[in-house]
Amino acid sequence: MIEGIIVTAVANEVHEAFVYIRGEYPKPARRVQQAIDEAYAAGYLGKGIFGTDYDLDVTVHLGGGAYICGEETGLINSLEGKRGEPRIKPPYFPAAKGLYLMPTIVNNVETVSNVPHILAMGADDYRALGHADDTGTFLFSVSGHVKGPGNYELPHGITWRELIFDVAGGIREDRELKAWIPGGASAPWFVPEHHLDLEITKDATAKAGSMLGSGAVIVMDETTCVVKAAERVVRFFSHESCGQCTPCREGTTWMEMILRRVEDGFGRSVDAELLLDISDNISPGLAWPPKQTTICPLGPSAVSPVTSVTRYFRDELMQHIEQGGCPLG
Amino acid sequence: MADLVKITVDGRQIEVPHGELVIRAAQDHGVYIPRFCWHPRMREVGMCRMCLVEIETPRGTILTTACTTTAAEGMVVHTASDTAKKAQEGILEFLLINHPLDCPVCDKGGECPLQDQTMAFGPGESRFVEEKRHYEKPIPISDLVFLDRERCILCARCTRFADEIAGDPLIEFKDRGNHTSVETFPDLPFSSYFSGNTVQICPVGALTASAYRFKARPWDLLVVESSCSHCTVGCRISVESSQNHVLRFNGVDNGATNQGWLSDKCRFGFEFIGSEQRLRTPLVKVEGEFREASWAEALDVVADRLGAIIEEQGGDAVGGIGGARSTNEDAYAFGKFMRTVVGSNHLDARLDDGLDARFLAAVSPRAKIADLDRAATILVWAPDLKEESGSLYLRVRHAVQERGAKLVVVHPRRTGLDDRATHKLTYRPGEGPALLGELAGGAGDYAKVLETLSLGPVVAVVGRTGLTEQPQLAEEVAAFALSLPDAKVLPFARRSNVFGALDMGVAPTLLPGRAAAGDSEATGHLEAVWGPIPTQAGRDTMGILQGLVDGDLKALVLLGADPVRDVPAAGIARRGMESAEFVVAIDLFLTDSSELADVVFPAEAFGEKEGTITNLEGRVQKVNRVVTGPGQSQADWTILDDISRRLGKPLGFASAEAISKEIADVAPPYGGISWELLEWDAKEGAVVPYGEAGQPVAYRPDGVDREALAAMSRNPESGAFALHLARTLYDDGVLMRNSLSLHALAPGGAVHLHPADAARLGVSEGSLVEVETVDASVRLPAVIDPSLATGVVYVPFNQPGIPSLGSDLSVVVAAGEEVSA
Ligand code: SF4
Ligand code: SF4
Ligand code: FES
Repeated sequence: MIEGIIVTAVANEVHEAFVYIRGEYPKPARRVQQAIDEAYAAGYLGKGIFGTDYDLDVTVHLGGGAYICGEETGLINSLEGKRGEPRIKPPYFPAAKGLYLMPTIVNNVETVSNVPHILAMGADDYRALGHADDTGTFLFSVSGHVKGPGNYELPHGITWRELIFDVAGGIREDRELKAWIPGGASAPWFVPEHHLDLEITKDATAKAGSMLGSGAVIVMDETTCVVKAAERVVRFFSHESCGQCTPCREGTTWMEMILRRVEDGFGRSVDAELLLDISDNISPGLAWPPKQTTICPLGPSAVSPVTSVTRYFRDELMQHIEQGGCPLG
Repeated sequence: MADLVKITVDGRQIEVPHGELVIRAAQDHGVYIPRFCWHPRMREVGMCRMCLVEIETPRGTILTTACTTTAAEGMVVHTASDTAKKAQEGILEFLLINHPLDCPVCDKGGECPLQDQTMAFGPGESRFVEEKRHYEKPIPISDLVFLDRERCILCARCTRFADEIAGDPLIEFKDRGNHTSVETFPDLPFSSYFSGNTVQICPVGALTASAYRFKARPWDLLVVESSCSHCTVGCRISVESSQNHVLRFNGVDNGATNQGWLSDKCRFGFEFIGSEQRLRTPLVKVEGEFREASWAEALDVVADRLGAIIEEQGGDAVGGIGGARSTNEDAYAFGKFMRTVVGSNHLDARLDDGLDARFLAAVSPRAKIADLDRAATILVWAPDLKEESGSLYLRVRHAVQERGAKLVVVHPRRTGLDDRATHKLTYRPGEGPALLGELAGGAGDYAKVLETLSLGPVVAVVGRTGLTEQPQLAEEVAAFALSLPDAKVLPFARRSNVFGALDMGVAPTLLPGRAAAGDSEATGHLEAVWGPIPTQAGRDTMGILQGLVDGDLKALVLLGADPVRDVPAAGIARRGMESAEFVVAIDLFLTDSSELADVVFPAEAFGEKEGTITNLEGRVQKVNRVVTGPGQSQADWTILDDISRRLGKPLGFASAEAISKEIADVAPPYGGISWELLEWDAKEGAVVPYGEAGQPVAYRPDGVDREALAAMSRNPESGAFALHLARTLYDDGVLMRNSLSLHALAPGGAVHLHPADAARLGVSEGSLVEVETVDASVRLPAVIDPSLATGVVYVPFNQPGIPSLGSDLSVVVAAGEEVSA
């Protein structure tokens, strides 16, 4: 990562770099800091790096514990010591008016970390890894009901079946796979009937109505109540909403309340349509990639579980409502 | 002027400035896009999402917020397409799900943007069956403002105002998401001088003002536009009353003056109008006691006694002080009364404010307030504007903070603008002239300051930093300022209509229309209408009071003036009035001064009479009658007219409007300014000199006079303290004293000391310190104030609960016992 930062900085004539790490991760932050300290000691960072007259400082900044600070302008606000709230674009595109209103490049650690490898291997060799549409490798964090949860670096282009059943060892207790979230909580869900043999590339995933996003794959087996799962994901977003935008602040909480009421057995027949209409008021048209009535994509993210459930598991949702509770017990 | 671009809004093509926000462009052309968070005077944040519209772009039609999108050539906007309408309805539904819907008991009901927009753009009924968000119902966030978090729609108008406009970031959002709420910081109330603005701009009833809560429903209010008279800016306000009671002031967005904002003093300082303490009948003093008298009786006494003095000793034995709290028409009547009926040139509207009348009335080139918006550099060598003129303070602050103008502040103590200043120079009172000499010389550290000041255009706000400052310093400062590139001076004095009164000739050296007393052409022009006027040299306020003490003057006419409280040399004021054979006062209240009068007439207050006022940039604005005055109170001009009849020299005024016509006749700079013009055509007021009219006196201080500066400088003997005496926003002035919710906010008497001096003397925060004046001695708590230079003591002027302390006080700094906590 540090090497990637140095290369990126030199390429863009940058002299200040920040590594922003969520406040919940103090241990990784300490490790990163240690690595940076070592790099300073070795003369790779600081004044006149590698004996040149190029200066580069890298600062580790721990966030205050907000998911939304992963959004680039929210991150910038947080770095400036302000509330972690995304900024409006225009005018605050980071490349034009970023940190302290200076041009700023914001990239994921994973992206930056790829840079030295691409340089070392050469572009052609790097491109040979992975898929023609989507070259190189990708980090998958597989969690949920699999035998082998964990982080895997894999080339693009393998299928979901390979990922879940080969790489992650298949479903716990050999139960049936019910659904999975392909790329972080904001991604619409995939189901075995349609998506198991899909190649894992950005384009193929988008065409199927979802995204690879952060690479966090969450696997759900047949014992999972989808209403409860959706409620949990929506609750996450309502909890993490920064609260600026009316639709996100109010809409996610409203959806969370409805889903919990349905789960608790007090659903009404109108609730499915109501959920979809609230979703539509956050993400008009319920299209993919999502449109938004909000500043940042967090609001629309909370729509994904709702549309996934109504699309693939409407019967189960209606059973909750008709039976006054969860059919799975 | 920005280039114009053509955009299409709802099928209609319009031409708007390039880069204009779509929401504003549409509104200027009659299309109202609903909004909550956007405020035309603040930065856009795009938070509430209410203003969603569809815009056709080369990359397809997008749904986006009109308040964050700027107009570009060829843009096509749909504000009411199906998609836009669905989105707007959706936002309103979201805002309403947690709203308590307590409109029937909400102050805002009837003038609530949420209510209005729900009617216009909202869904019919609620689909929300869950439990609403609950908070403790209204909590006080300052002495003047309550917050109801259940009603709040989290638009951040209030928090942005506090930070971006007022510079008092004392309210902020706390928590996030659905738990976000507006909060003050622990143990730190929202004690901003500007807190009331948040009540006005809150788009719901979440913020309410203690002075107005539950007093009335908007549809019962009679709303009349007028101008505030608390300071010399003349902020535009709407005066709102019900059943002959003024209940509320709101700011009106006049681009030339206040842009909609008001300080809390101006917003809430109307309580005095309806005060029980107002005078209702004339009072005549008999054997040392006032008793109520009929109008005729009181006039008889004045005719007898004042008449006798004029008869026996000449008009020259009579002085007149006041007029600054009056309208131009009243002040004009006062000047004409003094000069033609009494026959005296001893008249003054300034209460020893210390500045030359010609400087205040006619400094040239004179800046307009709006010039601050274009200045590259602003020099403020004047009182702390935050304490003395809230909206001028906001305007300067805005120019620096939002537009990047450079700011140089010169003052003996910290001021509200220091945090925005490029350079701040602090000095000891008495050493201002020396400092000016060094600054003008540009040696050493001053080179950088001078460099900043060399970026034109420069606007210099020049006044007297405190009441102990050498009065002539301001003119030297103005002379220096005018030597800077493309510079203009905004002369600063704070007493409401003092600029109008000076323009009306209420000063010994001025005739109406900024003409010099003694100028033969102006005198001839005036005498053609007035008849003969006296020629002897006149005295200013201090001269008049001293003359009474010395027996040179025998009688005094007070017009809405309280020299005992307002003149720094309070002792002389009191002794002068006590020595006078006869004093007649025209006033709203019995004040420390009118108490000493022989006859007092009850006058009408602001809001009870019509007329015009002139602000510090020379802008004339109309003020209006909203309620009727209490009891038998009358307008100043009527009272003066009545007295003049009894003295056998009737002024002969028929109405205030007739007076305004006479002013336009005899004062060429006011020629062409009529009430009609101000009411119908010149909504932002008209600046004097108006039209083609020049002004007879153009006061142009030329070049810094180093010898004069050296002569002015006084260095306190070593060990002695230099006194800085300055006014605070809330004080013990008579209008504040009778506006109860504000009076309590006055900081109170105190002695501020530099920490080093305090340490040397063994004084700590709160120790009692002895302060002696010629007439009184009080013990005041010490305040440790690192913003002072060493060797300086700052005492806030005119505070409640302590006797009036003049500028001739000596401070005996001796640690007394601690104030018990
Ligand atoms: S969508 Fe949600 S998280 Fe994003 S800016 Fe708006 S309120 Fe904040
Ligand atoms: S209190 Fe009023 S102005 Fe402040 S955020 Fe809430 S609704 Fe907006
Ligand atoms: S008015 Fe545009 S987002 Fe609030």
